[in-house]
Amino acid sequence: MSASISAREAILGRVRSAIAGTEQTSWEDVARHYRQQRPAEDLVGLFCERVADYRATVERVAPGGLTTAIVAAAHTAGARRVLAPAGVPHSWYEALTSEFAHVDDGTGIDTAGLERVDAVITTAVVGIASTGTIVLDHGPGQGHRAVTLVPDVHICVVAESQVADDVPDGLRRLDPARPMTFISGPSATSDIELKRVEGVHGPRTLHVLVTPDEP
Amino acid sequence: MPAFPQAAKQELANSQLRHNLANATSTIRHKRAEVVGELDDWAQLREAGAAIKSHTLSNLDTYLERFEEAVTAAGGTVHWARDAAEANRIVVDLVRATGEREVVKVKSMATQEIELNEALQDAGIDAWETDLAELIVQLGHDTPSHILVPAIHRNRAEIREIFQQEMGKVGTPAPADLTDEPARLAEAARRHLREKFLRAKVAVSGANFAVAETGSLVVVESEGNGRMCLTLPETLISVVGIEKLVPRWQDLEVFLQLLPRSSTGERMNPYTSTWTGVTPGDGPQSFHVVLLDNGRTNALADEIGRQALRCIRCSACLNVCPVYERTGGHAYGSVYPGPIGAVLTPQLRGTTSEVDKALPYASSLCGACYDVCPVAINIPDLLVHLRTRVVEEHRGWQSKPMDALMSMASWVLGDSRRLAAAQKVASLSRRVIGRKGTIGRLPPPLSRWTDARDAPAPAEETFRTWWERNRGSDSR
Repeated sequence: MSASISAREAILGRVRSAIAGTEQTSWEDVARHYRQQRPAEDLVGLFCERVADYRATVERVAPGGLTTAIVAAAHTAGARRVLAPAGVPHSWYEALTSEFAHVDDGTGIDTAGLERVDAVITTAVVGIASTGTIVLDHGPGQGHRAVTLVPDVHICVVAESQVADDVPDGLRRLDPARPMTFISGPSATSDIELKRVEGVHGPRTLHVLVTPDEP
Repeated sequence: MPAFPQAAKQELANSQLRHNLANATSTIRHKRAEVVGELDDWAQLREAGAAIKSHTLSNLDTYLERFEEAVTAAGGTVHWARDAAEANRIVVDLVRATGEREVVKVKSMATQEIELNEALQDAGIDAWETDLAELIVQLGHDTPSHILVPAIHRNRAEIREIFQQEMGKVGTPAPADLTDEPARLAEAARRHLREKFLRAKVAVSGANFAVAETGSLVVVESEGNGRMCLTLPETLISVVGIEKLVPRWQDLEVFLQLLPRSSTGERMNPYTSTWTGVTPGDGPQSFHVVLLDNGRTNALADEIGRQALRCIRCSACLNVCPVYERTGGHAYGSVYPGPIGAVLTPQLRGTTSEVDKALPYASSLCGACYDVCPVAINIPDLLVHLRTRVVEEHRGWQSKPMDALMSMASWVLGDSRRLAAAQKVASLSRRVIGRKGTIGRLPPPLSRWTDARDAPAPAEETFRTWWERNRGSDSR
């Protein structure tokens, strides 16, 4: 431990002597002339378009149609075992348990258990229109981080009111103390001759349902 | 490791490499230009990115202490490492303390820089790279040649061969009917790595950003291998260069716009993970950050050179560099290749070795790298600054012939008749040294120039004589 304390002092000492005599500006003085807002006529429409650009499936759901849409999405994915984390609306469970034999709420599920799940259905905390990004802070309805990672299909419900215009607005809506996952489309790689391939380690299918209701 | 001029000469002879690189860099250049063009405030974002980083660097002691405090408060442990050996020792000890003999790794330039994999190997610990390109490099017993796409020099046929020959030796083998389709190759990697992800108890990562105010770390990736490593294991060790700090959470709004568009040419990368200390019940319950100096404070001490520490490792400068496009990354003999490597590495390592002395010269100073840099690092200026430093450091043996040459040059250039006479001699010399239109090998010490370059032979006629012959009679 003493070695580590002296390394700390040594590095901080080197930093201090390196910057001695240099001009020190304050954080508030940093020029921020970039856009704080990126207005769009149809913000939710833009969000859907940009998410779809990442080869995700995007659906706008009519009022009252959400549970039907969730069940249909899980069927489309060919799912038999589905997971809807603790905290999603009770109506989702009811709809899912009437259609699927295995519905898990993720409480106490381990990685091996997650491997047997076909599709996971979660809420989100923020959507970012300009980039087509969904943010999960893994609060209620979103499950712990592995829940949306290990299964091959992720069905995500985003409320229209959660859609931010751009990255600055999106970040302002988040609590940095929480662990977070920003998701833009399904898992992808461009490592082989820069040809984009969807689905490497994370979910190969991302299905986004955009709803006018609070989920 | 040969210095750049010799290494480049070898690499240039590899036509497969040049073909792969030309394809890859032009594709990514166009994608970048398209998504950067979408933002009408790109110049302002770039200016803010540069200003935030400069501000952080000039107050780095304060922000490092603040970061340490925040991480500790959130349940993590901060370690400090003066150099590569110290950082490796810390990581090896932390892994040993868990009793584990293997780690999964998220692609990280910092751990490559300190050669952590080799150190772990020496300690009897297997380190598995989980980024697809890093996996290709590791299985191919190769070294990375690009910051973002380390296997950019490999084509699909080569990758298929590597997978078939090597995967079975270290885990799940590649399927027997593996083709060279990128989707099939990615599928083989998925199957090979999944076994390792599900088994691993310890992960090692770097970080793209570290937020001083909150103690949050940020990892930007595409494949989900990062998420696997950051969330499934019980222990997470992140090796982070001290220049990765940004003051506040809000600052990420600038860098999360600049980085993906500059690096992969996407509006956003598929996955970004942020975490702050440990979260009970979610992810690793033991979390360590190793703050790495390893020469960064040397760069910080150089007021001009310091701006290289603004680098966010996007690799846009590699993709536009005419020199990188032809030689590839291996020629630089540096973990950081391309224009940024040519200015960063000699500052981190010093300019004592032949490789590091040569790096500031591995450029034509065309300036394309400066134009695309999202944090406005003036790479051409830095190259010249470092060339001066290299020359000054070696004045001892170089000054006399160099001074003599320079004073002769100034004597010649100082008078138009002398210049005309010198040019005439040069034109005549074409018959001797440049029959094929280029200058071949000259005797030493001039061979230091001609061995690595095709210089055009002097013209048969100088511009001055041409002018006199054609326009000499003009009354003006």
